[in-house]
Amino acid sequence: MGNLGQPIARADGFVKVTGTARYAGDQNQVGQLYAVLVASTVPAGRVSAIDTRAALAIPGVTRVLVAADMPRIHADLDKITVPPLATRFIPMQSDTIVHEGQPVAIVVSESLEAAEAAATIVRVSYERAAFIVPETAAVVSADPKKGSYSMSNALEFNKGDAPAAIAAAPVKAGAAYTQPSRHANPMEPSATIAAWKGDHLTVYDAVQHLPAVQNVMAAVFGLPATSVRVVSPHTGGGFGAKAFVWPHEILAAMAAKVVRRPVKLVLSRQQMYGMVGPQPQMVHDVRLGAGADGKLLGVSHAATNITGVTEDYVEFGAVPGRTFYACDNIATSQRIRRGNITLPTFMRSPWDGPGSWALGSAMDELARTLNMDPLDLRLINYAETDPESGKPWSSKKLREAYEEGARRFGWRTRVKGGTRDGHWRIGCGMADCSQGQARFHSTARVCLKADGTARIESSFCDIGTGPATIFPQIAAEVLGLDPKQILAVAGDSDLPYSGPTYGSGTTISTGAAVQHAALGVRAKLARLTGWPAEDVTMRDARIMRGNEARTIREVLGEAGVSELTSDGAFDLPGGAFVDMGSSAFPARTFGAIFVEVGVDQELGLLRLRRATGVYSAGRIINPRTARSQMIGGIVWGWGMAAMEASHFEPTLGRWLAKDLAGVALPVNADIPPDIDVGFVDEFDANSGPLGAKGIGELGATGVAAAVGNAVYDAIGLRIRDLPITPEKILAA
Amino acid sequence: MSKHQPTISRRDLMRNSAIAAAGAAVVPVDSAGAAGSTSKQFEALAMVHVEINGVDHQLELPPRVTLLDMLRERLQLTGTKKGCNRGECGACTVLLDGRRVNACLVLAVAAAGRKVTTIEGLSDGPRLHPVQQAFIDHDAFQCGFCTCGQIMSAVGCIAEGHTGSNAEIREWMSGNICRCSAYPQIAAAVEAAAREKA
Repeated sequence: MGNLGQPIARADGFVKVTGTARYAGDQNQVGQLYAVLVASTVPAGRVSAIDTRAALAIPGVTRVLVAADMPRIHADLDKITVPPLATRFIPMQSDTIVHEGQPVAIVVSESLEAAEAAATIVRVSYERAAFIVPETAAVVSADPKKGSYSMSNALEFNKGDAPAAIAAAPVKAGAAYTQPSRHANPMEPSATIAAWKGDHLTVYDAVQHLPAVQNVMAAVFGLPATSVRVVSPHTGGGFGAKAFVWPHEILAAMAAKVVRRPVKLVLSRQQMYGMVGPQPQMVHDVRLGAGADGKLLGVSHAATNITGVTEDYVEFGAVPGRTFYACDNIATSQRIRRGNITLPTFMRSPWDGPGSWALGSAMDELARTLNMDPLDLRLINYAETDPESGKPWSSKKLREAYEEGARRFGWRTRVKGGTRDGHWRIGCGMADCSQGQARFHSTARVCLKADGTARIESSFCDIGTGPATIFPQIAAEVLGLDPKQILAVAGDSDLPYSGPTYGSGTTISTGAAVQHAALGVRAKLARLTGWPAEDVTMRDARIMRGNEARTIREVLGEAGVSELTSDGAFDLPGGAFVDMGSSAFPARTFGAIFVEVGVDQELGLLRLRRATGVYSAGRIINPRTARSQMIGGIVWGWGMAAMEASHFEPTLGRWLAKDLAGVALPVNADIPPDIDVGFVDEFDANSGPLGAKGIGELGATGVAAAVGNAVYDAIGLRIRDLPITPEKILAA
Repeated sequence: MSKHQPTISRRDLMRNSAIAAAGAAVVPVDSAGAAGSTSKQFEALAMVHVEINGVDHQLELPPRVTLLDMLRERLQLTGTKKGCNRGECGACTVLLDGRRVNACLVLAVAAAGRKVTTIEGLSDGPRLHPVQQAFIDHDAFQCGFCTCGQIMSAVGCIAEGHTGSNAEIREWMSGNICRCSAYPQIAAAVEAAAREKA
């Protein structure tokens, strides 16, 4: 297929397989102290006293910091919005407790062991207050004054009259679909090493956006951004949990300031539940009305998510209701329930992941009611233009993805649902994958050297998604070099500003800035050669015009320079930080997922047997890293469908399990080798100069619905509450 | 229907086993030590003599230090990662006398007199071990945080002979979580490396 680039191996492969890649927690500073956070054991109330004597008696423990020891937050932080500040509630600025797991004290010690031991004997007394269980709290509208999360999309949307259209429709389907809170659980726990030199702060951090940490830290201490440097050469997975700036990062920098020594803080796995946010528990009420021919006459999608008491995080799970299918009557709404939990946050895949589960299940129910193939129902309701705005898509080749996916999976000739294979009943299901496309302002610098090597500089971080591999490919294409000759230098806030690694936005944004910078270098080289920039191409370390060719070395040698540097940018209209595609062409990625499952009705077991995902996601720079992204997404979807849940314990007011044993995640034995991934040939000319879009989140959408639909196909049981665990199958 | 209809169903069997397992799990739980005894525990140091990647090390440590924290914080062998510190994720997998273990569940003193191999001791200079090369060739990682543990686990898995089939590899590699979820690629890499060794 024409849109696929070279499937080269990862640029950071060697350092990652040899253990030489340094993650935040691998960094050490001369004279550093270890910090361990003491977390609140109550979900609401206030700290009445902290007895630190026993902890301080442990050899090596230098300080036990409590709220009174902490510097006050500078007023500059008021100017930083929430997000990228994850929450404006910074613990240890007062004695208030708003959720279990919130930091209340910090043990600082010469050794990690002493700090850990001391943290267990810091005696905290509490004045408990009644707490609110979020799942059963009153449903309310989001307050725009409680953070900016609620302003990132429409809380209410109405086109036509959906309730009336659904009421009058000859065929109806839909129900309430629920899903639990889930934690991102990147393998690398969050870690921050903070070191002060006078008024200059250096932070080694596990992040998805370095400049956000830089700006927040500067604001917390009332410093100019230039006084803060953030270093993050490798991030051990993020999935949203490291997207925004969480309080522990600020507390680490404060502790280092107070003790006047570098401080190393690594969260425990348990603290990853209490100190960074989850994807919130949600209830979706989806109602569909259709004609006898399957044409949708009305779509209604009302989503409710839980949030904390400090800010209103809104999980815009109703977005699919107004973007997936063509319909004249659409109503969507978003509401929240507030309770005493860590503030929820974006997690792979935000908005469309939860929403595609509910809508994809309802569409399958409609297809069953109509006695129609679910793929045909989707073709009948194909959205040629964006149903929300009526505008043309930036690009969409979902029809081709349906066709290719169905062909590769053998959808039209699939085994009949309920067919037996030993103890297993076989079922097949499919659903739509789609994700909104964020674009972020980004810059990059490219430097071409006389020896035919080049360097890319930008403050992006490679969290495993592959920019350090594909950005050299982008520059190499412009400069006619082997990607191996190009080094990407990243993960340092001293480098040119890059947008974040979330929102599926890195390739489309920073990748475009890299391309722009490379084009700038090529234009400079053309000028030195005396040829018009628009006439030249580059190949094999030479610049060419027609039949003429000069080597890079010759041209630079004659000019007496050793290298050429150019800055590039990806600018958004109006100088925006972020948008969701151009205003004329809404941007989205699309795809279809087909799965085959086995269900053991006697034991309640559910197993994935095979899956095929084919995607319409623009140009693919590196099909090898892209395939891994999509496989990872499908496995995430399987986890959502069949395994993952963080339950809030309503009597204790805390997460029931805070580890990797009580919260099941997919492991190798859960995932079959037959995960088939494909991309349709596509170039999105309207979203950016690369023709590419983002794929980091797309793969995890739709999967849960496809699995639920396959379970129905296998045993005739419709499970509307995730995850689909044995007791739900056995209850039938 | 089978002629030999079992008198209890598979579901009952599972239910009864679960009850038995729950019964076995009831063990007395020690309460947290008092402050005085905790500080005393830090005054007594243990001498640990251990061979790591072919090099002899002698360290004086509080006995509570784990093999993982000794490697990471005292010897700066940071390729071995801490993902959970409870033996749930496998990111800290190392070889102890050739056998794979979670370094977070082994006290440093328990490694005394034994041979430890970490990821840093696996490759022969710039020449990668076949398992390391197979992980690159199969794109068997993304963020790379679990990768060193996966590779050490794979070396152990191959040495144990648990590579008879893709399904067997997946079962015996399931103590190592990869949240980026490169599982099919990991299983393929282990399969390829095992073939190369055979």
